[in-house]
Amino acid sequence: MAASPDHPVELSPTVSDEVRKTTCYMCACRCGVDVHMRDGKVRYLQGNRDHPVNKGVLCAKGSAGIMQHYSPARLKKPLKRVGERGSGQFVEIEWEEALQTAVDWLKPVRSDDPSKLAFFTGRDQSQSLTSWWAQQYGTPNYAAHGGFCSVNMAAAGIYTMGGAFWEFGSPDWDLTEYFMIFGVAEDHDSNPIKTGLGKLKARGAKIVAVNPVRTGYNAIADEWVGITPGTDGLFVLALVQELIRAGKVDLDYLMRYTNAAHLVIQNPGAENHGLFARDSEGNCQIADRTNGSVHHANSIDIKAALTGEFDLPEGGKAVPVFSLMAEQYSSDTYHPDTVAEQCGIPADTIRRIAAEIAEAAFEREVVIEQPWTDHLGRKHDRMIGRPVSFHGMRGISAHANGFQTCRAIHLLQILLGSVEVPGGFRFKPPYPKPVEAHPVPHTDCAPDTPLGGPHLGFVRGPEHLQINDDGSARRIDKAFTWDAPMSAHGMMHMVISNAAAGDPYPVDVLFMYMANMAWNSSMNTTDVIEMLTRKRADGEYQIPKIIYSDSYSSEMVSFADLILPDTTYLERHDCISLLDRPISEPDCAADAIRWPVVEPDRDVRGFQSVLIDLGARLGLPGFVDANGEAVWKDYADYMVNHQRRPGVGPLAGWRGEDESGEGRGEPNPKQLEKYIENGGFYAAHIPDEARYFKPWNSAYQDWAVGIGLFDTPQPYTFQLYVEPLRKFQLAAEGHGERQPPEHLRERVRDCFAPLPIWYPPFEGEMVDTGEYPLHAITQRPAAMYHSWGSQNAWLRQIHGENALYVPAEVCDDVGLQSGDWAWVTSHSGRIKAPVVRMEAVNGKTLWTWNAIGKRRGAWALEEGSPESERGFLLNHLIDELLPSKGGHRVANSDPITGQAAWFDLRVKIEKAEPGDEVSEPRAASQASPVGTGPDTVRYGEEWI
Amino acid sequence: MTTLPETPTVKLGLVIDLDTCVGCHACAVNCKSWNTGGYGVPLSDQSAYGADPSGSWLNRIHTFEVTPEDGKAQLVHFPKSCLHCDDAPCVTVCPTGASFKRSEDGIVLVNEDHCMGCGLCAWACPYGARELDADAGVMKKCTLCVDRIYNENLPEEDREPACVRACPSRARHFGDLADPESDVSKLVAERGGMDLMPGQGTAPVNKYLPPRPRRDTEGTFTSSSLPASAPAGRESSAPVGGILGWLDRALETLE
Repeated sequence: MAASPDHPVELSPTVSDEVRKTTCYMCACRCGVDVHMRDGKVRYLQGNRDHPVNKGVLCAKGSAGIMQHYSPARLKKPLKRVGERGSGQFVEIEWEEALQTAVDWLKPVRSDDPSKLAFFTGRDQSQSLTSWWAQQYGTPNYAAHGGFCSVNMAAAGIYTMGGAFWEFGSPDWDLTEYFMIFGVAEDHDSNPIKTGLGKLKARGAKIVAVNPVRTGYNAIADEWVGITPGTDGLFVLALVQELIRAGKVDLDYLMRYTNAAHLVIQNPGAENHGLFARDSEGNCQIADRTNGSVHHANSIDIKAALTGEFDLPEGGKAVPVFSLMAEQYSSDTYHPDTVAEQCGIPADTIRRIAAEIAEAAFEREVVIEQPWTDHLGRKHDRMIGRPVSFHGMRGISAHANGFQTCRAIHLLQILLGSVEVPGGFRFKPPYPKPVEAHPVPHTDCAPDTPLGGPHLGFVRGPEHLQINDDGSARRIDKAFTWDAPMSAHGMMHMVISNAAAGDPYPVDVLFMYMANMAWNSSMNTTDVIEMLTRKRADGEYQIPKIIYSDSYSSEMVSFADLILPDTTYLERHDCISLLDRPISEPDCAADAIRWPVVEPDRDVRGFQSVLIDLGARLGLPGFVDANGEAVWKDYADYMVNHQRRPGVGPLAGWRGEDESGEGRGEPNPKQLEKYIENGGFYAAHIPDEARYFKPWNSAYQDWAVGIGLFDTPQPYTFQLYVEPLRKFQLAAEGHGERQPPEHLRERVRDCFAPLPIWYPPFEGEMVDTGEYPLHAITQRPAAMYHSWGSQNAWLRQIHGENALYVPAEVCDDVGLQSGDWAWVTSHSGRIKAPVVRMEAVNGKTLWTWNAIGKRRGAWALEEGSPESERGFLLNHLIDELLPSKGGHRVANSDPITGQAAWFDLRVKIEKAEPGDEVSEPRAASQASPVGTGPDTVRYGEEWI
Repeated sequence: MTTLPETPTVKLGLVIDLDTCVGCHACAVNCKSWNTGGYGVPLSDQSAYGADPSGSWLNRIHTFEVTPEDGKAQLVHFPKSCLHCDDAPCVTVCPTGASFKRSEDGIVLVNEDHCMGCGLCAWACPYGARELDADAGVMKKCTLCVDRIYNENLPEEDREPACVRACPSRARHFGDLADPESDVSKLVAERGGMDLMPGQGTAPVNKYLPPRPRRDTEGTFTSSSLPASAPAGRESSAPVGGILGWLDRALETLE
C-alpha cells in the first residue's frame, strides 16, 4: 500500500542529546526519572524502567516536572524581609550576607540556650542529615512533618510488628488474592499502588476499598465500603470478632511469631498488673499447656498455652495474651450488629467480608517451594502464605483514635498469619525493625554542646518522657509529654502556636524547610497567620526571627525574615538513604540519589549544602575538623564521605576501594559516578531463601547484617499486646513516680489500652453533633501534591480550583444543588465554598481536594487566579486545640502519638445567598518577590 | 474534500481499560510533556499563571458518576483522545487536505503546514477529540506518538505512545487492531471491547474495555458469613468459653 506521499512525517526525529537519570521529587514517592536533555533544556520526562519504585511508569505529577522546573514561582536569590511579615516585601541579598545573618542569629542562641532554636523540616527527604545537624547544634527542637501526616500508621505498625503499612512495606501484589485498602491518599506511594492494583485487576484478585469517598483507587475497587469517618477501628474489630468467633485465625503463626502465648500478670490494682511475666533476665514467658509449667518464651519444645491461668514461679497468676484478646473481642461492643449503624456498613456486609477474608486466607493458601530456617533453628520445607493483604494510610491515621485503629488493622493482618508470608503484607528493608532497634528520644540540652542522642525515638514507658520535674515539656512542640507520650515523629503542627504562646517557652529563631506552615500545612490557618505576625509590647515579633528555605514563592515565604532559596529537584544533590527513608521494595534494599541534571540559572543553593555550610560556620562538631575547617565542601561530598558508623554511610552502593561494598565499606570517591551510571539508584537483591518471613528468617537476618542494616541479627516477636502502652496506663492508674496531670489521667487510662480498642474521635464527643451533624475531610488528588503543583502551568489546569462535594441526601435536605455556594461552619471557623452534588460518598461526609486554595499573590500566580478566587481550604475550620474541658484545652491530636486529627472535623452546612462567588475567608494578598509568569507558555517551540 | 485511504491493513490504536483506570491523569500529562516538544507546534497554554488557565491537550480525562439502580454509586474515569476512526469525518471535511489518515497504519494526523485553523474538523468530530491551539491557530490532535512508535533514536521497547508508556495502572494498551492475533485484539475479544458512540458511523479504531461488573456480593468468593466454630453469638451469653473450647481442640491438631 502506498504511503501518504503528500504528507511526509518525520518518524525518527531527534529526541534528546542525552538522557540523565535521577530521582523525581514531584511528591514523596521518589520514582526514577529519565530526563531527556536537548540543547541544555529538559525536553521530556519519562519513568525509569529499571527503577525499583516505578519500573518505568510515571504519574501526572512526575510527568509535569518540566513546568515545575521552569516555574516562574522559583525563588532566584536570598531574600531579606523589608515590609511587615506577610506582606511579601523583600530585598534580594547576596549569599554571604544571608549566611552571615543566619550565623549571627544562630550562634548566640547556641551559646546561650540551644532550645531557643526550633528547627523543623517539613517534607524533607534528608532527615538523616537535618536531624544530625540539629543534634550537633544541640537544640532539642527538631522534627519533620510526620506528626501532622501519618505518624499514627508508622508508630502503630512499628510498635505492633516492627514496620507499618504505608512506605515500610507493601502488599504482595503478585500473589495476594484479597486486598483491602483503607483511607489511602491518592498521591502517596502512588505509582506502586496503581501498578499493584493493575496487577490485581489482571489476575482477578478482589479489591475492597474502605473510604468515605469513592474516588481514584476506590473507584475501581470490586467493593466500596463507604465508611463513616473515624469508625474504621470499629469495623476492623468487628471483623476480628467474626474471625475469632469462627476460629479463623492462624494459631500456628500466632504461637511462633507473636506474643499471643506470652503470659500477662493478673494482679488487679497492683503495679505489675498487665505487664508481661518475665524471668530474672527479663525474658517473656509462656506456659506449657500440658502441665502448667512456665518457660522462656523462645522454648520451642513445649506445647504453649493460649488459654488458661497459670501460677508463676515467683508467685502470682498470669494468662496468655490470646485469652485476653478472645475475651476483649468477644464483647458486644464489637458485634457486627452493634457497630453497623455507627460505621455506616450493614452488619451482613461486615459478616460477608469477614467470611471472604477467611476464605482467601485459609482456603487459598499460597505455597512457595523454598526451604528456609528460622532464628530458633527450626527448618521449614516451604513457605506457606495466606494471600490476604491490607494497606492503609492517612485517612486512618488522621483521627484522635488513629493509633489504635492502625493497631487494629495490623492486628487483623497478623491474626490471619499474613504478614511477611507469600500473598500477604511484606516489609521493605530496613524494615522489619523491632522497637528495640530504634532509639529513645533525647532532649538533654546545654550551651555549645551537641544533644546526647537523636531527638526522636520510640518511648518504652513513662521513664522516656521528655518532661521536666514540674511536668513541663522539654520540647517546643510538647512531643513526648503526657499530651502525646509516643509522638515518635514530633509534632510540627504545634510549633508555631506553642512558640507564639511562649508555652512551654518562647523561642528566638524558628528555622523551617519545605513546609507551608503559614497555609495549607497548618490547622487553623487564619489564626496561624496571626501568630506569625503577633507582636510583643516592645514591637518585636513574638517569634522574633524566622528563617525559611523553599524553592518557590509559597505562602510561608512571605512570613519569614530571611529566605534561603533552594534549587529545583533537577538542580540538586540528594540521597534517599537507607539511614532515612529509602526506596527499597520487598525484594531489595535500595537507595538513590538526585544530582544536578540541570545547572541552576539563578543564584540559589541546595538547602542541604547550605545547612552543611552553616554547620561549618557555626563550628558544629562533626562539621569542622580539629582546625575549625569545614569537613565537607557540600552535600555531594557529605553523601560520599560521611560515615555514620565505621564503613556505613548515607549511600550503600559501590562502597570501598574496589567498589564491591554493599552497605559496608570505606567511602569511594567515585561513588556518585557509579550511581549515575546505574540510573541514579542502587539495589541489593534479597536472596530467594530470605524473601519472606524476614523478622525470623536467619538468611534474611544474616543478609541484613551483611549490608549494614544492623550490626547483629534482630529477630523479634510481633506485639499483639504492647506492653509500653500498659505502662502508661499503669501510671494513669496511680503507679510509678511519673504521673499524668489530672486533666489527662482519664484519657491516658482509657486510650492506652495494650490491645487495640476503638473509642470515638474527640471532636465529635466535645461538640454538639446535633448542631454539627456532618463530617468534612479532604482527599489528595492524584495529580497534585499538597501545594507544590499550584504554580505548575499544566497541573493547575487539572486542579486549579476545588469544589465542596456534598452527599445527595444532604443536598436534598439543605436545598443545595451543583453550582450553589454554601457556608460550612465548625465549632471554630466558617468557610464559603462552591458546591457539587455527589452520590459516591458516605451520606454524612462532605469532602474536597486538599491544598488547592491559595493566598492571593503566592506562587507567582496573578490576581484573580481560580486558586484564590474559588479555591478554598478546610484548614480554616480545624482548630489545633479541642474545645475547653474543665478549663483545659488540649491538642486536636491523637492522645498517644500527637498525630494531628485533621479528619475528626465536624461541621454543618447551609446554602449561601447568591453573591460574588468568591470563597471565604478572603486572606490578605502578599506581594510576589518573583513577579508573575508569562501569559502564554509555548514549551518546546525551539524544537519545531 | 479530503479522501480517506482504503481500509489500511494495519490499524494502530489504543485499547483503554475503564475497569482499571483510576483517573490519575498520568497519560494526559505525559502526553503533553512528549508532544509539546514533538510533532508540530507546541501545545501552548494561555493564562498559564493567571485567572483563566487553559491550554491544548491531546488527551483529557473525564470523570462520570454512575448510580446503578441496584448498586452503589461509582465513578468512571474516561480518558478521551482521537480514536483514529476508519471513517474519520474530520479528514473528509478538511478543506485544505491538512487532515489526513495514513494508509500505512491508519493514524489520523494534521499536516500543520496545510492547516488554516478553520476548525471544521473539530466540529465534524463527534468525540470532541481535536483542539485548536489558541497560540498557533492550528489544529492539534493525538498523533498516536507517530514520532515515537517508529523512532530509531529510541530503544525498541520505548517505541509506544507516551500515554501507554506512562500509565501506572497499565490501563492503556497499544497495538494493531486489524490483526486478530495481536494482544490488543485478543483483549478486545476477551473483555467485550466497545466502540465509542457506534451510531456515529465513524468506525473508531480505538476501543474501550467496559468496567467489569462489581463483585461486592458475588464473584469468586462464595462465603456470605462464617459458621460458628465456637458456639459464640450475641445471644449466647458466654462466648469466651466457646471460643476457648474451640481453641483447645484446635491447638491439639497443630503439633
